[in-house]
Parts: sequence; C-alpha cells; structure tokens
Amino acid sequence: MRAADTLMESLKAEGVKDVFGIPGGANLPTYDAMVDAEFRHVQVRHEQGGGHAAEGYAQASGRVGVAFATSGPGATNLVTAIADAMMDSVPTVFITGQVRTELIGTDGFQEADILGATLPFVKHSFAVTDPRQIPEYVHEAFHLASTGRPGPVLLDIPMDLSRADIDYQPRTEPVELPGYKPSTEGNIKQIRIAAKALANARRPIFYTGGGVINANASEELRELAGSDRFPVTSTLMGLGGFPASHENFLGMLGMHGTYAANHAMDKADLIVAIGARFDDRITGKLEEFAPHAKVIHIDIDPAEISKNVGAHIPIVGDAKQVLPKLTREYRALQTDTSRLDEWWNTLRGWQQEHPLFYDESSDQSGEIKPQFMIRAMHRATQGDAIITSDVGQHQMWTAQYYGFDKPRRWINSGGLGTMGFGLPSAIGAKVACPDEQVVCIAGDGSLIMNIQEMATCVAEDVPVKVFLMNNGYMGMVRQWQELFWDRRYSSVDMGTSPDWVKLAEAFGAKGMRCEDAADLEEQMVAALEHDGPVLLDARVAREENCYPMIPPGNAARDMVEAPRGSQVS
Amino acid sequence: MEAGTPQVVKLEDLHMPGQLTGRKHILSIQVENKPGVLARVAGLFSRRGFNIDTLAVGPTDDPSVSRITLTLDGAVHPIDQVTKQLHKLVNVLKIRDMAPEETVAREMALFKVSSAVENRAEIIQFAEIFRAKIVDVARRTMTIEVTGSADKIEAFERMVRPHGLVEMVRTGEIAIGRGHD
Ligand SMILES: Cc1ncc(C[n+]2csc(CCOP(=O)(O)OP(=O)(O)O)c2C)c(N)n1
Ligand SMILES: [Mg+2]
Repeated sequence: MRAADTLMESLKAEGVKDVFGIPGGANLPTYDAMVDAEFRHVQVRHEQGGGHAAEGYAQASGRVGVAFATSGPGATNLVTAIADAMMDSVPTVFITGQVRTELIGTDGFQEADILGATLPFVKHSFAVTDPRQIPEYVHEAFHLASTGRPGPVLLDIPMDLSRADIDYQPRTEPVELPGYKPSTEGNIKQIRIAAKALANARRPIFYTGGGVINANASEELRELAGSDRFPVTSTLMGLGGFPASHENFLGMLGMHGTYAANHAMDKADLIVAIGARFDDRITGKLEEFAPHAKVIHIDIDPAEISKNVGAHIPIVGDAKQVLPKLTREYRALQTDTSRLDEWWNTLRGWQQEHPLFYDESSDQSGEIKPQFMIRAMHRATQGDAIITSDVGQHQMWTAQYYGFDKPRRWINSGGLGTMGFGLPSAIGAKVACPDEQVVCIAGDGSLIMNIQEMATCVAEDVPVKVFLMNNGYMGMVRQWQELFWDRRYSSVDMGTSPDWVKLAEAFGAKGMRCEDAADLEEQMVAALEHDGPVLLDARVAREENCYPMIPPGNAARDMVEAPRGSQVS
Repeated sequence: MEAGTPQVVKLEDLHMPGQLTGRKHILSIQVENKPGVLARVAGLFSRRGFNIDTLAVGPTDDPSVSRITLTLDGAVHPIDQVTKQLHKLVNVLKIRDMAPEETVAREMALFKVSSAVENRAEIIQFAEIFRAKIVDVARRTMTIEVTGSADKIEAFERMVRPHGLVEMVRTGEIAIGRGHD
C-alpha cells in the first residue's frame, strides 16, 4: 500500500473524524490519499488557522486535534499553534510534509528544519526516515499527544517516503515507549498525608487549573470540594472545571482575579494545587506569594511540582484517579466542618466588600461597557455556549464575567497569549461539536490577525458567531501604557479599522453592528439564530480598564481595584 | 491507621526539602540511540538555563542505547528539577544521579605543552608523578595524556601552565557505579 494511504488508515484507526490543513508540494501524496479518506478535511486559509482550529477541536471535545501543512512556509506557519498547544497542554498532532530525502540538508526549495525549529515546544516529534515508520509513528504520536500531560506532537514526512509502497497491517497491540511511562495513580501514602493535612487546615483553598479539564475530573473535583465546603479558585485555563455558580467558588485568581480569590491565597494556611502550575500570572511576586501556606500539589507532570513554588506534599498522578482517593481518605477522617466557619466568614466578607464591579449607568441604554457585553453574551447564550477568545482585555472580562459552569466551554490561549486564536479555534470547536452554540469573543486587534478564517467558515459551512468587542484599541496594551507608562500611548490605537460589517459581507458571512447597550442582547440573539457565520461588531467604551489587577511584579495583596468613583449603585 | 502515615498531620510540621544540594553532580543518562536525541537534551539545558559543566556522549554495551554523562553544579541548579525535565524527553530511558562515594569517575585530557630543552625534564617528571603518558614529541612541543578525576586533571593543568600550555583538550567526565561484592 502507498505509505500516504497507510497514513490515512492509521489516522482512521485512531478514530480521527476531522482534520484541518492546507496542501502544497511536499504533501501532495498525503492530499492525494486524503481524497479517499473517510474523515473530513477542513480546508483552512492559513496554516496558523489550521493549527489553532486543531487546538479548539481538541479543547472542545477532548479528542486529539490534527492539522496538516506542507514543508517550508506551510510548516513554519504552524509554529505559533504548536507553541500554543505546548503551553496549554492541548492534545494535538501536526503532520508536515518535508522535501524529498535526498534534498534534506541542501537548502532545497521549501525546505525548513521544522523539527529543529519546534524542538523547544513539542511534547515529542518524529522525523520519518523509512516509510514503514509512518503507521507506527502515527500511533505513537496519538498516544503521546493524548496521555500523561497532553501536548503537541509533530510528524515530519518527506515527500518521497509518503509515495513509497509498503506492507501495511493494522496495528493491534498497544503503544509501548520505553522512555514514556506517566504515573497516573498517585501515591496512596501521600494522598493519606494530604487528607490529614486538609483535616487540620483552618484556611484551606483549592487552586485548580487546566489539568482538571484535561483529566476530565470536574465531577471528582466537585465531590472533593463538597466533602467539606472547601473554597475553590481557578486559573484562566481551569475555568469551567468547577461551576462558577457553585457557592464554594471564589472566582478566578491571578493578575485579573477576584479580590476574594487572591486574598484567600494570600491568607491561606493550605493550598491544594490541582493541575495548575504556579505561573507568574498567578503568583505575582514569587517571594511574597502565599506566605502562610503549605502546599499540596497534585499534577500528572512531576516536573511541575516544586518548579516555581515548593510543594510540601507532592502527589504525581491523574486528577481523575487521585481526587476520588483523596475524597475517600478525607471523608474517613470525619472532621468537624465548623472549623471552617471563621474562614468562610472572612471569605464572604471579602466577596461582599470587594465584588467585581464597573459603572453600570449606561447598561440600560447608551454606551456599551465591555463588562456589560459579556453579561449580555451570557444571557443571549443562556450561559451555555462554547466560548473561544482572542487575547486582551475582552479575554479577561469574559473570564471574569461569563461564569463558566461546565468544562470545555471556555477555550482560550492562556499560556502563550496568542492574539488571533479566537476565530480559528472557534472553527475547530464547532467542527468538533456541531450541535453546540460556538461564539468567538474577539478583540479588534486580535481578530484581524486571522480574519482570513472567515472564508473557511463560509466555504466549509461552519456557522460560528464572532462577537467583536470593538474598542478601537489594542486595549490591554493601552491599559498598561496608561497605568504603568504615563499614558504615553504608543502604537495601540487601531486607527482606521476596516468596516467590519462590509468585511463580513465580503466573505459571504452576515455582518451586524451594535452601538447601543439597549440593543445588544437582542442583536446577539439574532446572530445566534441566524443559520450561518456572523460577525457582530459591538462598539464598546474605548478606554475602559480591566480591574481588579495585580500590577506586574507585585504581590496578590497589592492588587488594585477599579477606582471607586466609577461605581454607581 | 495504616503503617507509614502518621496519625495526625499538623501543618506546622510539614517541611520542604531544600532544592539545592551544593555539590557537583554527575548525571548518567541512558538515551535511545536515535537521530536528534543529543539536540533535545542540549536544547533542554539551554532553554531552561541549566549550565552543563561537562558533557560526554558515547555508545553503551547495547547498540540501541547511548549514554550521556554530564556534570553540573548542584549549588546553582535544583538537580531534582533538572532530572524531572530530562525525564520528560521521550527518548530518555534512565537517569542516574551518581552518588560520589559509589562512583568511579574518569576524564581524559590531552595537553600540548611547549618543551624547550631547559624544561623538558621537568615536564617529564610531572607526567610521571601524575601517571600521565607522553604520546607525542615534536621539536618544540610535547603532548601528554592524563586520565583521572577532574580534580587531578585540573591539578596537572596548574603544574604545566607556567611552562607554556599550547593547547588543552578534555573529554568531560564519564562515570560508572562501583561494583558490589
Ligand atoms: C500575536 C501577539 N502579538 C502581540 C501580543 C501583545 N498583546 C497582548 S494583548 C494585545 C492587544 C489586543 O488587542 P485586542 O485584540 O483589540 O483586545 P483588547 O485588549 O482591546 O480587548 C496585544 C497587542 C500578543 N498577545 N499576541
Ligand atoms: Mg481592542
């Protein structure tokens, strides 16, 4: 069988239903084989879009996302998406064409050392040197991408090898990699010690991250938190892993986290980190982070434990397996719940005195406040859409105000902070979950970076809804310049923007515009009801700042809230 | 309760082991003998800001496995973090942080020293003291092979340097665990 056909067979054997990509010279054999493949190929308009679509697909569904590109520029266009998938631990497989074997190393036409270029941010990569490796590597790639701590795997296939004829037998035995054995169960002794530490904690807090979602451990987390009214806060990546509407939830923590969540970390005597990695956007100034807390750190990746913040009780394992054991051990101790009363009094006090707030005076009609836009989006979608996001203020406001109650509903670029992530990842999410509402909350600076994917939405019939929070600025950078650089605005005004409505129409999508808060929700509902892709250009207050905020390099307790004068209530 | 866990775990009794050991470490790393593996290991070190003092790579008794021996300073780097990061490389099979007292470590170095007639005898004497071998003699230079611990090689270097060290090449340490009776 032709090696390129064995590639398709192997992908099918892995259960692949949809892939994203763009053909070119070096992957012509692959695309020839694709004609007869039984899965859907979504022809994106830029390889970066294909890469982010694969990510959105994976994050929405939990299945491995797959993107194809040709050699050279096709492959280098994937680089941002690969780095993004690494930072956010997204299970993805990237399959690139490479120049013919005899040209490798000669600077042949469209040759780029994509394996070398991506080495620092792949979970693993394979360079095919013998066509018989192709099926084997595909299975290994899927195994690596989807198990342990998920991540991107690159498979680079020289053109001549994918044309070769090889014997093919479907693989039946499971993948065995001698240097790869993630431990998933969690050491039971450590778990017992953790349970006993929890039993003695007076001011505990659960700090949960994207690992909970990757592990599909939301139920298990809820059980554990519910076993004794444990307060929960979540990172940006972890939102939806614990219901935002749950009474134990304190909101997001970190640079734009809630007052209650950040102060709870600051005052806690025990932090239980679950699938989170103490990123600098969480800790702020490391030396002053959580000065009173002992740390239980549960993670599938041993290297995350004590990387940034030392763990007193490390537990390496899969949250889905570890959390039920911890719940069982904890319940067996039959602790006195009332010991947390005082802590909850403090927490409730913080929540009441320092809620998220903004000037709501124009919410009935007039200027659209960005925060109001997110609330309107919540109502229009009944809080139950898959929301993908670009990067900037709109992303943070969505994280603060949407209130994600379920996992895999919030898809954004957290670790790398990639502008232009929203639209292509929405395409991926919609392809993965065609029956769900998929909305991309976009920034005007970000959306233009991958706007070409509107064409994909139309041509491939992927009806995503883009809600553009149009402030005419690269707002997040403007905010930093305002607050920390003496308001010396430097290249943040978007100047003459495209006419977004006409632009949408030019792509063959529906374009809408909203300039009054009074109409926003209704327009959003109309956009959602339209059966095709829509771009809704919502003109929002231009210079609104996203608060609260821990100024960079500061400790959590030094967080800054919105100036009180702007509060009307 | 079950053996191994204390009855009560008081938070104030929880302590964290120090991250820095303060001494030199020799890591003996078995890796799959595949193209690009060294680049992965070297790339990891540069990317994470880990400084390698020496690095030696070679085959093992198993042709499918190569060994990378590297030394680094445990006063600067949390060795635990280094080994955990290395373990994440799929091609890394096994890592041993060699305990000094249970390890035989050796390095080889070649010294080319200028050997004018006046100091030739002295250099030969140094070589004898260090049980080094003279492997090449030319009109103006002599080349000496020294094998031993890194300390020994550095001591030899200090001895010959004043006499005119033309060039020095070191292999980096390799190490093997001591046998047990
Ligand atoms: C690819 C990329 N380039 C630059 C940045 C730096 N950056 C972070 S937020 C931001 C502004 C985003 O503007 P916009 O999409 O309009 O969002 P807003 O903050 O206005 O809501 C910029 C330029 C980035 N994160 N990603
Ligand atoms: Mg903007």
